[in-house]
Amino acid sequence: MKEHKGILVFAEQRAGKLSSVGLELLGIGRKIADKQQEELAAVLIGHKVGPLADELGEYGADKVYLADNPLLDVYRSDAYTILMQEVIQQYKPNILIMGATCIGADLAPRVAAKVNTGLSAHCVGFDIDDQGRFVGQVPGFGGAVMASVICPNHYPQMATARPGFFEKLERQKGRKAEVVKVDVKFKEEDLKIKVVGTFVEELKSRPLEDADIVVAGGYGVGGKENWKLVEELAGVLGAGVGATRPPCDEGWADLERQMIGQSGKTVRPTLYIGVGISGAMHHLVGIKNSKVVVAINKDPNAPIFQAADYGIVGDLCQIIPRLIEAMRVSS
Amino acid sequence: MKPINSVVCIKPVPDQRFWDKVSLDKKTKTLRRTGIPIALGPLDKNALEEALRIREASGGKVTAISMGPPGTEEILEWAIVLGADEAVLLTDRAFAGADTWATAYALAWGIKKLGGADVVFFGNESLDGSTGQVGPQVAEFLDMPHVTHVNKLDLVGEDALRARFHIEHGFIDVEVKRPVVIAVEKTINEPRCPTLWGTIWLRERKIIRWSADDVGADKAKIGLPGSPTQVSDVITIELKRKSEILSGEPSDVARLLVQKLQADSVLPKG
Ligand SMILES: Cc1cc2nc3c(=O)[nH]c(=O)nc-3n(C[C@H](O)[C@H](O)[C@H](O)COP(=O)(O)OP(=O)(O)OC[C@H]3O[C@@H](n4cnc5c(N)ncnc54)[C@H](O)[C@@H]3O)c2cc1C
Ligand SMILES: Cc1cc2nc3c(=O)[nH]c(=O)nc-3n(C[C@H](O)[C@H](O)[C@H](O)COP(=O)(O)OP(=O)(O)OC[C@H]3O[C@@H](n4cnc5c(N)ncnc54)[C@H](O)[C@@H]3O)c2cc1C
Repeated sequence: MKEHKGILVFAEQRAGKLSSVGLELLGIGRKIADKQQEELAAVLIGHKVGPLADELGEYGADKVYLADNPLLDVYRSDAYTILMQEVIQQYKPNILIMGATCIGADLAPRVAAKVNTGLSAHCVGFDIDDQGRFVGQVPGFGGAVMASVICPNHYPQMATARPGFFEKLERQKGRKAEVVKVDVKFKEEDLKIKVVGTFVEELKSRPLEDADIVVAGGYGVGGKENWKLVEELAGVLGAGVGATRPPCDEGWADLERQMIGQSGKTVRPTLYIGVGISGAMHHLVGIKNSKVVVAINKDPNAPIFQAADYGIVGDLCQIIPRLIEAMRVSS
Repeated sequence: MKPINSVVCIKPVPDQRFWDKVSLDKKTKTLRRTGIPIALGPLDKNALEEALRIREASGGKVTAISMGPPGTEEILEWAIVLGADEAVLLTDRAFAGADTWATAYALAWGIKKLGGADVVFFGNESLDGSTGQVGPQVAEFLDMPHVTHVNKLDLVGEDALRARFHIEHGFIDVEVKRPVVIAVEKTINEPRCPTLWGTIWLRERKIIRWSADDVGADKAKIGLPGSPTQVSDVITIELKRKSEILSGEPSDVARLLVQKLQADSVLPKG
């Protein structure tokens, strides 16, 4: 019998709310677990987060390792590493996946070094190869290349997954996971990191990652005034507004909420419309999962046309108003 | 205030202006980077800047360290020109092919040989591999706490730092006792420009070269053999789509596009 069994995912939560990526991980994990006929477990760490365990069960977890303690209220790498190590030693998983969020990317490499195993970084795809090895698809060079990374002789085989790239499962009301309590054996004095404050912004609108249609503007939009055109087009379509990096640097758009690409968000809409965007690899990796891509650019040689399903060559100031009209008429 | 000694880890990365020249060797499944100039990673400049600022505030020493082939000296020279007191190059064929675990192991042993540090700085992620894993892994090997995604850093009290850990839509402020590993983001500071003085310092300083034996690294834990991960395949990404160009008068193409999108069922039919 194999010594290392089961798939374990890190169910990141902040302020008592499960992160979307945690549920996406359960989606990935469930598929692998079913294929391998293994169990899917989640680690849940925090304070007063017990009720979230039920939610994890409904999204596909068979088992939930729950560490609930006031010391765990806010994330800190030292405390969370101790608990991850504890669960790994108890459960001996074959595979461990965490989200490549700020917290996940801070915690996963530390855990990997602690338990002496390899870690594939911010994967955008997973597979089990014919030898039963866990393969992570790791993008590099701004997304221009993709490496298949394996970890053949160390356990657990660890990876972080890029948020927004994977689908969560349909929630199954009433599906139950077995809850296993994990004891917290340390005290505040044992920890080297002290939390002195936290701040989380209230999100007013739906995050861009969840939008069905995304209209994104680039440097070619040319200014704050024209940016309103982009927003108007999005308004007609009920779309989210995204951006490349330059509009964020210029202050037309918000870097944190709107930038799409390697260092920003990954979107997966059914329709993406990019205007005044040249099509740098850094941006394109973030729209790769769109169903249909439309590009509007005045330069017929702009690389984005190669990566688009439909292209319109022309000045956006003339095209967008006509497009808004046509969309209005049709709806 | 007690002087604070910092070590800054800097990585040689292929100059981004030449990335289209990086090619894939289909046989060996490795990336060919020969002839591509190397550069100091952008975030590593922020890391160095933060170390220099700490030195200005509290005294102490700044050491730059890098693991890479002999040509890496170039970026270490840059670090000195920008103000580092000393620079160390870990270079040895045995280090080649390292994943982040084995890279971190080698750097940790180099830092130990330097006698440790009060703060070890990293860029949050490198330009090319950009896993962001090396910093926290060095921290584990040196048994230091770590904070990544740092966009604000202040000295507090006799022996601590206050760091702002930037997370999605917010931040967590933490206080950590030194020694500590810090990985910085671009927004933490504005890196300085080189001065004429820097080039003069460079003439007086030598770059220290250490091999795997010099730092006492276990050969089974470095380079390709010491790496728990392996790259089983590398492909270049195909982002090509059907690329159908619609042409005509703006109002005609607009209507045409709407029809196409409706036919594809991505827009509701009117
Ligand atoms: C490490 C790193 C990470 C990065 N991460 C990201 C990332 O996550 N996301 C990101 O987007 N970028 C990122 N970038 C930047 C990226 O490399 C490109 O610089 C950026 O995506 C270009 O944005 P753009 O296409 O809007 O601008 P440009 O490249 O300047 O293109 C503007 C386009 O607009 C067209 N145009 C101009 N006027 C008009 C008009 N009137 N009508 C129609 N078209 C017009 C032009 O023909 C041109 O093609 C990153 C860069 C680095 C170095
Ligand atoms: C396409 C691609 C995918 C890869 N995928 C993986 C993977 O999934 N898992 C894995 O373990 N390895 C992977 N690697 C290998 C990894 O990139 C190398 O191990 C590399 O030496 C260090 O990782 P990094 O560039 O990601 O560094 P990061 O962790 O992103 O670098 C952060 C900081 O660490 C410091 N640093 C990094 N390297 C050095 C150095 N040589 N000398 C001094 N300071 C340094 C710098 O301060 C840098 O800013 C991949 C490489 C490529 C090209």
